[in-house]
Amino acid sequence: MPAYYLEALTVALGLLVLMVEAFGPSKSKKLVGFTAAAGLTFILILSFFAIGPESAKEGSTWGSWELWRFYDFDNLARFYKGFALICTILVLLMSIDFRSVLSRFTDFPESENGTGEYYCLPVFACAGMMWMASAKDLAGAFIALELVTITFYILVAFMRKNVGSLEAGVKYLILGALSTGFLVYGIAWIYGTTGTMNLAVLAERIPSIENTTPLLFGIALVLIAMGFKIGAVPMQVWIPDVYQGAPTPTTAYLSVGSKAAGFILLIRFLEPLLQAGSPVATQVMVMLSIMAAATLLFGNLAAIGQSNFKRLLAYSSIAHAGFLLLALAAWKGESDTSITSVNAVSFYLATYLLMTLASFFVLAQIRVQEGTDQIDAFNGLSKRNPVLAIGMTVIMAALAGVPLTAGFIGKFFVFSLAVGAGLWWGIAFAFIGAAAGFYYYFKIIRAIWWESASDRDKPLVLPQITRACVVGLTLAILVLGIWPQPILWLLG
Amino acid sequence: MLALLVLLPIVAFIAILAGAPARQTAVAAGISNLVLGLWAAFTWQDADVWSSSLAVLEKPELNLAFGFSDGMSVIMVLLSVIVTVAALLSGKAPADREILYYGSSLLISAGAIGAFAATDLFFFYAFHELALIPTFLMIGILGRGDRKATAWKITIYLGFGSIILLAGLVWLANLAGTFDMPTMVAAVKDGSLVIDPASQKGIAALLIVGFGVLVSLFPFHSWAAPAYASAPAPTSMLHAGVLKKFGLYGLLRLAVPMVPDGMNQWLIPLLVLLVCNILWVGMVTVSQKRLDLMLGNSSVMHMGYIFLAVAALVAAQADGQVNDIAGPAAVLLMFAHGISIAMLFGLADKIERNTGTLEINDLGGLAKAAPGLAFLFGLVGFASIGLPGLANFAGEVMVFLSAFKNYNPAVGLGPVQIACICAIWGVVISAIYMLRAYRRIFQGESVSATESAPDLSFADRIPAILLAATLLAVGFFPNLLLSLLSK
Repeated sequence: MPAYYLEALTVALGLLVLMVEAFGPSKSKKLVGFTAAAGLTFILILSFFAIGPESAKEGSTWGSWELWRFYDFDNLARFYKGFALICTILVLLMSIDFRSVLSRFTDFPESENGTGEYYCLPVFACAGMMWMASAKDLAGAFIALELVTITFYILVAFMRKNVGSLEAGVKYLILGALSTGFLVYGIAWIYGTTGTMNLAVLAERIPSIENTTPLLFGIALVLIAMGFKIGAVPMQVWIPDVYQGAPTPTTAYLSVGSKAAGFILLIRFLEPLLQAGSPVATQVMVMLSIMAAATLLFGNLAAIGQSNFKRLLAYSSIAHAGFLLLALAAWKGESDTSITSVNAVSFYLATYLLMTLASFFVLAQIRVQEGTDQIDAFNGLSKRNPVLAIGMTVIMAALAGVPLTAGFIGKFFVFSLAVGAGLWWGIAFAFIGAAAGFYYYFKIIRAIWWESASDRDKPLVLPQITRACVVGLTLAILVLGIWPQPILWLLG
Repeated sequence: MLALLVLLPIVAFIAILAGAPARQTAVAAGISNLVLGLWAAFTWQDADVWSSSLAVLEKPELNLAFGFSDGMSVIMVLLSVIVTVAALLSGKAPADREILYYGSSLLISAGAIGAFAATDLFFFYAFHELALIPTFLMIGILGRGDRKATAWKITIYLGFGSIILLAGLVWLANLAGTFDMPTMVAAVKDGSLVIDPASQKGIAALLIVGFGVLVSLFPFHSWAAPAYASAPAPTSMLHAGVLKKFGLYGLLRLAVPMVPDGMNQWLIPLLVLLVCNILWVGMVTVSQKRLDLMLGNSSVMHMGYIFLAVAALVAAQADGQVNDIAGPAAVLLMFAHGISIAMLFGLADKIERNTGTLEINDLGGLAKAAPGLAFLFGLVGFASIGLPGLANFAGEVMVFLSAFKNYNPAVGLGPVQIACICAIWGVVISAIYMLRAYRRIFQGESVSATESAPDLSFADRIPAILLAATLLAVGFFPNLLLSLLSK
């Protein structure tokens, strides 16, 4: 099956889900959510059978289509398409258990009428992310990226009767538009210098460029724009407010799906720039190191003082972007003995998906049942739901990077790459960041185990879908913490 | 089989979570491990039986590999299993916290055994960290006094130390191109891996500070005493007795053989710090008014001696001389100290439970009411001072001898010998605080707290006698352990 079927099917699924929304029952929108999740699961299975043009059967014409000039399909593309699909499925499941809050802040507080689109939009965003994984041409990448971003404008402001959500929507819109401007302007400079927007052609032309200043200017602009997607300095300011205001499943989606899509695009963009013989490789690495160091410092230090869990996760998302950027700044291509930067980033993102989505699943339920996102809502959880308390302890330990959890292996890869590349300043910042992480993630563990629940000692029961997802994600965190190879098999 | 030793406590932990009776399951796992450990002491050279390796990652190559690289691993594993049994038996969980109490002890034990048994650098590090969260929870939930602040302090100290350590280890592994520790060490020995001086110095600094924080090397020691004083008995027994030795084990296993020149560059600072450990912290110990704080500080102080043996080894290597007693001295003292400090913390817990206080001035004449407790505490107190016939004596004497092993009167006193002369005063300090504490607590007139204090029950005596027997056995026949090292 040609790979582009996946995106086509996803868009078709999005339209189908809209139909279900329109003609299905209006009281409960569960069906819409389940249709979308089931359809995406089907596409996820299909993605293992997708092939690129090089494996096209003889006699079939699709392998020589023009499409393949701006659409690439390799193991990395397959991995990130699967990543987008899994992330979207989990976010949809989270949204289903989040229904009550959604309907409270939309048109009809008593019924779920008017919340159906919340399950359709992620499907379209998913199509955009999947396309970004395959983008080979800056123009195509731009369109895919805009599809994702515009969908998110709606998702962020979806709770239209909630001031926080609206404020988040406006902030996201303004900074998103600004970053789009940076991106287009940067692409224009790159096109002006090299005469191409195609990354494969760019790779051929870059070694022979003599005057690199205009190219570097273009690259810097694009990097800044990408910083918006991945949540890195200097475009990180929107993250805390938008994360806090947006509906929790949207926040989860932003923090995992959108970030991962940004990173695969960044990887595709960097590959030609950092190849051997590129005249701009050193400067680009310096830019990345500066971004990484600043992001690490900002994310981790600002997280220390937070008392709102959602906001804490927002800063933590910035901090993790810093670690990921550090792995890219310590660029390492194919090697026999050590991991490549691309694989390290992909592995880190996979573990980040597990840890972050698991936290957001729990947070969404805390929001539904307690009506708050504060850390002290976790007080006394060890008494109210001991199993969840242990699970949450594992998840927080993984985010902090305690060994024998998946989170540590991701950080470990980053550190070994950085040490291998001799990025001593970056390592120093990363260590400060990791140490700060111990403090702020352990604050949750402390709330769970030490603090007693004052007025609410009623047991906290998770709904079935959330419970299954949290258990599954936590087990995956532990298994990958000891046996990381499966993810790397997926990467080829 | 070694993997089984690591797995058993973890399996027991899961069983307890699933609803198995906490105390029985934990003790059963501990005793099975003790039996396995003793068996290992006799047959450890049979790699087919004990070693195992499971590939978990291809690039870079990581293996979940366990094996006895040499006698030092055997002795440390032995120490872990003995102290684990004693800790599990001597603790008494609060009524509704049994799962946490025994589960945490099992996890700390699994982490320690895993770290000592792992031959892969990655898991060597990872297993040690496994103990961090249970320690945090045990002190934070069940600790005494200012438990929350103490739990934070130990977590941040140890977390930060581990991260510094991680930097050093990753650097080392990057140069070596492998994570297999025996391969790394062998490559340095046969000359196929040459580490340049700048890297040597950098790695050695990171390892000394990283491992040093974990072993409470002066001035990174201030987490230890309050944490041990606050922690429930099994946690302080396991942490002070076993887990803390991980840092010294790491220095001997990795830093000394792999970056000898780098270590030698830091020899003088290390000597200064270890003398501070012994004399400065020794003075601090003398001034303590609570028994648990005194024991906590004394455990920090005694780390200085083991560092001294490490320093002697480093200095000898740098001068091209052979110092074949420094290594065994360090290992023997690690073992002896682990057993004795665990027993001290276990008995201190009994004193508190039976009299209701650990303030030395509020106690007195306890020997009348509790002769068994007085006898055992006296025995282990003497061991900790370093009286002949008990394991610590053999260790300490060997440490002092090793410092003078390559002493050449014609050259005069070297830095190691000067440090040793200062360190010997530590024995006097130990005697002061330990004998004074013993006199105030057990002798003299009975006071209200001790008049009707019960003696140790039969169940309480078992773990103490187990540890005391170990101390005596190794004290009279140090060769029980030393023969493991010479093979």
